[in-house]
Amino acid sequence: MVEIKELEDVVVRFSGDSGDGMQLAGNIFSTISATVGNSISTFPDYPADIRAPQGSLTGVSGFQVHIGAGKVYTPGDQCDVLIAMNAAALKTQYKFAKANATIIIDTDAFGKSDLEKAAFKTNNYLEEMNIDPDRVIACPITQMVKDALSDTGIDPKAMLKSRNMFALGLVCYLFDRDLNIAFNFLKEKFAKKPAIAEANIKVIQAGFDYGHNTHSNATNVRRIETKEKTPGRYMDITGNKATAYGFIAAAEKAGLKLFLGSYPITPATDVLHELSKHKSLGVTTVQCEDEIAGCASSLGASFAGALAVTSTSGPGICLKSEAMNLAVIMELPLVILNVQRGGPATGLPTKSEQTDLLQALYGRNGETPMPVLAATSPTDCFDAAYEASKIALEYMTPVVLLTDAYIANGSGAFKLPNLTEYPAINPPYVPQEKLGTWTPYERNENGVRYWAIPGREGFTHILGGLEKDNKTGAISTDPENHDLMTRLRQAKIDNIKVPDVEVLGDKEDADLLIVGFGGTFGHLHAAMDEMRAKGNKVALAHFKFINPLPKNTAEVLMKYKKVVVAEQNMGQFAGFLRTKVDGFVPRQFNQVKGQPFVVNELVQAFTKIINE
Amino acid sequence: MEYTAKDFKKGQPRWCPGCGDHFFLSSLHKAMAEIGVAPHETAVISGIGCSSRLPHYMATYGMNTIHGRAAAIATGCKVANSKLTVWQVSGDGDGLAIGGNHFIHANRRNIDLNMILLNNRIYGLTKGQYSPTSPRGFVSKSSPYGTVEDPFRPAELCFGARGHFFARAVATDATGTVEILKAAYEHKGASVCEILQNCVIFNDGTHETVYSKEGRAKNAIYLKHGKPMIFGENNEFGLMQEGFGLKVVKLGENGITEKDLLIHDAHCEDNTLQLKLAMMEGPDFPIALGVIRDVEAPTYNDAVETQIEEVKKAKKYHSFAELLETNDIWEVK
Repeated sequence: MVEIKELEDVVVRFSGDSGDGMQLAGNIFSTISATVGNSISTFPDYPADIRAPQGSLTGVSGFQVHIGAGKVYTPGDQCDVLIAMNAAALKTQYKFAKANATIIIDTDAFGKSDLEKAAFKTNNYLEEMNIDPDRVIACPITQMVKDALSDTGIDPKAMLKSRNMFALGLVCYLFDRDLNIAFNFLKEKFAKKPAIAEANIKVIQAGFDYGHNTHSNATNVRRIETKEKTPGRYMDITGNKATAYGFIAAAEKAGLKLFLGSYPITPATDVLHELSKHKSLGVTTVQCEDEIAGCASSLGASFAGALAVTSTSGPGICLKSEAMNLAVIMELPLVILNVQRGGPATGLPTKSEQTDLLQALYGRNGETPMPVLAATSPTDCFDAAYEASKIALEYMTPVVLLTDAYIANGSGAFKLPNLTEYPAINPPYVPQEKLGTWTPYERNENGVRYWAIPGREGFTHILGGLEKDNKTGAISTDPENHDLMTRLRQAKIDNIKVPDVEVLGDKEDADLLIVGFGGTFGHLHAAMDEMRAKGNKVALAHFKFINPLPKNTAEVLMKYKKVVVAEQNMGQFAGFLRTKVDGFVPRQFNQVKGQPFVVNELVQAFTKIINE
Repeated sequence: MEYTAKDFKKGQPRWCPGCGDHFFLSSLHKAMAEIGVAPHETAVISGIGCSSRLPHYMATYGMNTIHGRAAAIATGCKVANSKLTVWQVSGDGDGLAIGGNHFIHANRRNIDLNMILLNNRIYGLTKGQYSPTSPRGFVSKSSPYGTVEDPFRPAELCFGARGHFFARAVATDATGTVEILKAAYEHKGASVCEILQNCVIFNDGTHETVYSKEGRAKNAIYLKHGKPMIFGENNEFGLMQEGFGLKVVKLGENGITEKDLLIHDAHCEDNTLQLKLAMMEGPDFPIALGVIRDVEAPTYNDAVETQIEEVKKAKKYHSFAELLETNDIWEVK
């Protein structure tokens, strides 16, 4: 009799060589789980090497999935199940496993040369790593895949591409998942290659059956029921894809063409990939000669009347900053997406940090106020991109949208948005009755310059990087005028309406307020939940709108006895808040490791602060 | 609708008296009137430098942007709205030094831009430093002992970047300038017009040999597609091919007649001879003026639009709501 345990949540990490298809296996598993209504959060962990040798330590690729009966906010600190498809994966990934985790290995990938490549000293790799064999499902996956496909006529080398599906099948058995969902997924994915779909399906079934037949030796089957359900239609979406979708949605809502000028850069390139697919929606993408041209061409497109976006990561922002500056003085709409990675310089291209905040706020010459938003989760990237576009278009300003490698590559279940429920986007087109009297820097009631798009008769004008006279729009070096224009540009940004920051948790009587911004929301929320579960009074104020700050910022920050600002940099947000809120002296939690926060570490640090 | 030069004029130029920019501006106004595209359907985009002030004197749409980026900004403008006629104006520093990358890529992509390169071989706005077109040994404030580097030759750069249109005129020659500007407009794709112009303050006399009508008669050749290559005050000289090069011949000498001369072929896909012509310089050769290369090729902006139309037909989703439906979707009830 199989005993089925019910679990609150579980973290599964698929790991193997870059070519082992771990991302696909992980993706299918998360989709199956989401389909039955589990909450999901995923995080792919790619190797930094371009093409590491097969089986080598640097070539290991991982995909972590966190599924829960209730809401899960992060992909999880450590996993309950680790799949290691070869010796190198076991060696490098075991540190991500909980002490009592179940380890699944392909014993066929632990031969002499595999062990050598993974720098094992002995043949007894489990002992060498101090792993209890009782926790290990040691399975000859390679051989069983070959056996399962022996009568298909597929050549043996091609068969090996399905090893990931065997692991997937085995995991599906462990968590009592419905294989039909996986089968349908594969049939659709390989619609044009039915033989491949069929082979993969066979192998999944073999993996599932293996689990079933050997249950006496394996961990008991676990089931994760769904507790909280928000009815609706869902898809799995990464942050980068959600960002691209947000821009598409905003352009459609505003009735404008979407233009992206960009240059390939990790980890932002997927936004360029995604948008360049959707030409049937009229999306225009130009892969430029450099980052400078990416931003400059977008600004040219903005002048010509498009919703213009340029996408990059930190090093690219360095190069774009001159054209961003030009957008400030020309008062043209432009969204600059920075998918943050580890810096400085080339830094850690595939890793995640929040170290570009001050660059976004201040990294330009002159007085150049610019709205800054920071998306808080993979799915929030959609709303953040939409909101950034709306602000850019309605306030005629460049806007910086910050995401980061973690939320850009991570995914979550995305409830399909209904665009009719999103707020309208109304750019301040110059009213026709101003024909004959209009000058380029005339402003509407919000202090926003009107937009006259080339092609429109009677409104020809010249914009530029030189200071302009507020009244005539001609070049001006008049000191009073420059002072006035500087203040007008500042006031326009200061007056942008943004929603109040919400306080979550023990908002009335918290002993500690956690403050964060952007992509750390999930980890900070999970840390707060864990502390509250232990009886602490804790609240969380997480910022998405950084500039301008929400109106209630000072009130929230000054309300609690203890406040900690936790961020993945050396204290940029804390410093910024201190310049904006008189007398605000927070504690700080700073980590710059290129990795997402670890909830356990947050809980420890915050608990210490509470107990001080 | 008929336009006059006045319809394109605005404001009072602030360049030094005698600056080549004055001459060019007036030719541009005249050319635009003859071309007949409405001011509101025209955008003039410049970078930074003396000549980049030009959009302020245009009654069109325009931008006087940042140093070197005019071609990149103009690219976005044209691709986003191909109905606009886009003129991009740069000096030799703006276009070929800080903006060199954008210059070559705009040519390579063949964006339908009319790219004006006002070449006075000097940085004027920063008051007299050598530029990437200043000759080797050039003495300036930043090269008091002479430069130790070779200049770019704009035509060579344009051709090297697979440019399909290159023309040259002298700023003081209104007829010649208007002619190449109109040809640049007619050409679909990136059209580079090099305007040789004087800087009276910091590089006076740099194009001395061709700056006057008399000088041009002696030291320049006006190339016209399909016409023999004749030049000289009395049309007494011509160009012939010799080996892989060109040679100047005198008509009547050694029995040479007009029939022996090269006929200019601006439409020839192979740019070898066009490059030879563009690279000619005194005192042994005349400086080539007029449309040197004018070859049809697919433009980037047209191709972008065509592709969008094709994909629209091929794909079944045409709205954001339809895009969502292309994903793997599950329903939670």
